[in-house]
Amino acid sequence: MTTDNIIISVKGLEKHFDEGKLKALRGVDADIRRGEVVVVIGPSGSGKSTFLRCLNLLETPTKGTVTVENVNITDPKVNINKHREKMGMVFQHFNLFPHMTILKNMTLAPMKLLKKSKQEAEEKAMNLLKRVGLADRANAYPSQLSGGQKQRIAIVRALCMEPQVMLFDEPTSALDPEMVGEVLDVMKQLAMEGMTMVVVTHEMGFAREVADRVIFMDEGKIVEEGTPDQIFSSPQQQRTKDFLNKVL
Amino acid sequence: MSAVTESISIFEQWWLQIEPAVQANTLNFWQFLYKEIYLNVIKDDRWLQYLKGLGVTLEVSFYAILVGLVLGTLLAILRLPQVQNMTANGKSFLSGLGVWVVRGLSKLAGLYINIMRGTPLLLQVLIINFGIFGSISIDKVIVGVIACGLNSAAYVAEIVRGGIMSVEKGQTEAGRSLGLSGVRTMIYIILPQAAKSALPAMCNEFISLIKETSILSYIALTELTKAGDYIRSRTFSAFTPYIVSGLLYLLVVLTLTWLIGKLERRLRNSDH
Repeated sequence: MTTDNIIISVKGLEKHFDEGKLKALRGVDADIRRGEVVVVIGPSGSGKSTFLRCLNLLETPTKGTVTVENVNITDPKVNINKHREKMGMVFQHFNLFPHMTILKNMTLAPMKLLKKSKQEAEEKAMNLLKRVGLADRANAYPSQLSGGQKQRIAIVRALCMEPQVMLFDEPTSALDPEMVGEVLDVMKQLAMEGMTMVVVTHEMGFAREVADRVIFMDEGKIVEEGTPDQIFSSPQQQRTKDFLNKVL
Repeated sequence: MSAVTESISIFEQWWLQIEPAVQANTLNFWQFLYKEIYLNVIKDDRWLQYLKGLGVTLEVSFYAILVGLVLGTLLAILRLPQVQNMTANGKSFLSGLGVWVVRGLSKLAGLYINIMRGTPLLLQVLIINFGIFGSISIDKVIVGVIACGLNSAAYVAEIVRGGIMSVEKGQTEAGRSLGLSGVRTMIYIILPQAAKSALPAMCNEFISLIKETSILSYIALTELTKAGDYIRSRTFSAFTPYIVSGLLYLLVVLTLTWLIGKLERRLRNSDH
């Protein structure tokens, strides 16, 4: 593969908290290619969420670089807001705006940032809502929805910005078990349409089925990466084996 | 107007009826009560003086609340942790200078809040009236608005800051992850939610402020308390004028409480 296909390139990424007392990331190198679905797995505290949050600079890296479409976004001179427009993010706790209707949640950013007219933004939002089967909830408030519905809305809210990459931070961890499926279905559909995705999750079934590449992290480092088959069927590292033994 | 004059003439007739008893000092309880009301409210159109005083109190309170809200919100934003610990965006001289200025303002805001909350309002009123505006002839209403507004801002700042900090961190992250700038995230996402959770405390502050404007009688502003006091100096009734003023304060405060309660219920409805 040529470097042109690389959309996000991470080099020597380190993130320390509490003035270096806690080292969440201890040197991570990774490339994300266009159209690729990368699933990051690992035990709690392994740094996988921190890694994901560094990709759109919700966490400022202590060391190392994150390069998105050939621009080093860790350079303070870069307008990070412009880059975040192209990188959608879905959170564990949905983080919908509770004081706005679903439609307003989805049209706020496109209207303010992409300068779309209200009509244009609402049309796009309604189309996306139809795709996830929630068009009838357009004028509801987030508190009137179930967890699974909220997370589906969070996904399409990010899609309204027409992002190049979608980042998912444990999108099903806060859901009741019977609602996990509906969210994963939306994500699978998105993956099939060719969206570049980086997914931090504990859903091993999803990783095995949808991922192009699985990254196993532990103690702030990438321990092993490969195709789902390589990681789940014949892991090379002892720590990967131990982890998979516990979760599978 | 004719209805007013008519009812006043009725009051005058009642007064004539009990006047002999007043002279003879043989009033029963109801006659005594009526004498007090007649002397302190009706005679010489004194009720107009209460109403004028009430008008001044409302005027000062309204503008002071506005000053307090605007200045208080600015102070609150300057006191937020993310502003206090702001770091330079790049190494350019300008952004370095900008951060230095913002951090300086943040420190000043903290100092301001401590001083305004740590010293008596009366003292602040006296300093502003005699110290700052001592040599200039200026409307006392303006002095009152400035003094009460500057004082209220310190309390509003802490209320707004509390409101902002009560909004989950995830809300900021969601806004920023969509590409909204820090300022836009604050305006569209954080402040509306902060305002809602700060509303009960804010209602308290408004009520306090309205009542505290009574301190302005100290600098001879004829607001509601001073109006009552002035009437006492004419009628020598020690209770009635103050009670009339007090009832009017109560009326204003209860109306405000009712209005804010309504607003709160409506905000609650909007997101269940």
